[in-house]
Amino acid sequence: MVKYGTQEYYDIYKEEINKSKSYEEAAKTWEGDFYFITDKGGPVKEPIYAYVDLFHGKCRAAEIVTDSKKYNPEFIILAPYAIWKRICLKQLDSTQALITKQSKLMTGSRGTMSKIMRYTKAANELTSITAKIETEWLD
Amino acid sequence: MWTFSCPFIAYGDNALDYLAQIRGKKAFIVTDKNIVKLGLTKPVTDQLDAANIEYQIFDEIEPEPSLTTIKKGGIAVGQYQPDWVIGLGGGSCMDAAKAIIILLVRPDLDPDGIVASDTYNFRDKARLMAIPTTSGTGSEATWAIVLTDTEFQRKVGLGTTECMPDVAILDTVMVAGMPPQLTAETGMDVLTHAIEGYTSTWGTSFTDAPGLIATRQAFKYLAKAFQNGDDLEARQEMMYAATLGGMSFGNSMAGLGHSTGHALGAIFHLPHGRTVGLFLPYTMEYLINGSEETTAKYAEIARFCGIGSGTDLECAKALVARIRELAKEIGQPFSVKDLNIDKAKYEESIPGLIDRALNEVMTITVTRIPGEEDLDKIFRYAYDGRTIDF
Repeated sequence: MVKYGTQEYYDIYKEEINKSKSYEEAAKTWEGDFYFITDKGGPVKEPIYAYVDLFHGKCRAAEIVTDSKKYNPEFIILAPYAIWKRICLKQLDSTQALITKQSKLMTGSRGTMSKIMRYTKAANELTSITAKIETEWLD
Repeated sequence: MWTFSCPFIAYGDNALDYLAQIRGKKAFIVTDKNIVKLGLTKPVTDQLDAANIEYQIFDEIEPEPSLTTIKKGGIAVGQYQPDWVIGLGGGSCMDAAKAIIILLVRPDLDPDGIVASDTYNFRDKARLMAIPTTSGTGSEATWAIVLTDTEFQRKVGLGTTECMPDVAILDTVMVAGMPPQLTAETGMDVLTHAIEGYTSTWGTSFTDAPGLIATRQAFKYLAKAFQNGDDLEARQEMMYAATLGGMSFGNSMAGLGHSTGHALGAIFHLPHGRTVGLFLPYTMEYLINGSEETTAKYAEIARFCGIGSGTDLECAKALVARIRELAKEIGQPFSVKDLNIDKAKYEESIPGLIDRALNEVMTITVTRIPGEEDLDKIFRYAYDGRTIDF
């Protein structure tokens, strides 16, 4: 059991991504990095910035950062803790969260929407991976 | 949280008269050259003239509009500064209008940068109206925008819930002249939206209701509208079915018939309705073989429409058979081979077809999500017209 939003959580996340054959297959041509930001609110007192670098079906880095300026990722996904929890548990589809504006997708200086939209299956695999992580939630 | 949205709908005889009631000074009409040539802009501009509303016609929308055309429309709308943007035509024109109205407030944006989670507030400047001239896409009742990324030969699904038209006008006079082939292809699109909207994993009672009625009306009226274009009752009911289908899948999601059909259409440049309608029965068979939940929903549709009896499986199979029978009746292809696509060229394209289908949201909103191997087989079986047996 690992606590959500900690480096230990992202270490396991990275490990699980790198073990997943279905993610590897779906993301074999993907090259791009993200900030997954858990916004301040509820049990989260300060925003949690998780930097995740995905490359050709593998995770090259998954790191909690305290200085948000440390990286300039292509994509940023921002949501409150309660929404991330529902997405991670597969109670809420990540695309539905975007449509209903419960989460927000932003492109950094290099990212384009047409790029990310070509990898729906990979995104789905990533949430399936989070559902497998035995997580100690913050609330 | 989930939401349901649909436009204010003016329908029935002389529905275009509603235009005389709108408030505004300038309308920007997004359409195509064919619509202008057919004289279908005139009933609209006559009403605008009577209401003292100025207008400008942007008639450069091509089938499967490209991001470049949208950008051009964005420049034109920015120069005109209307308070209404009217999408007049088939799905391409209506979808283009949805993208162009966003560029009215965000001229800096590339059309493929329209994001579902963003807010654009275009209603501070203008409102959006859709007037369909086909009975198929249901675009008048969805917020989705389908454009073509010519660089990657890929259809791009964009949009935000804000892009739902404020008003949709359904006047049979606008669809009465549709030729039989277009009636058939757009009608198969209606059927596919309705069935896939009803069976989507994102579906709810709100989307089930319009999906079910749209399916029943399509079975009842599509062949009639195809055989006799002057049958105004059939024309009207198909027009309503298209909008109901849009309300269904537009608030849930379409399914595998769309993701596979989109892929085929993008690579071989075929009409949307023809390709999604072709794949609908194959993908239904695939779901029947692996999902009791969807089989039960197909059975509900079959029973509601008076097709088949017996167990869920028997009813679901009867529904598939009825779809194939209807497609045959209206001259639609049974297999990919019937589209005169060369087999070697098709097989060469299969990796691209799979890649495109896998990365459509519609592939993951079904109860049995196929991987590469199953999609490969679905594409091969559909070429030969074989029953899906896996």
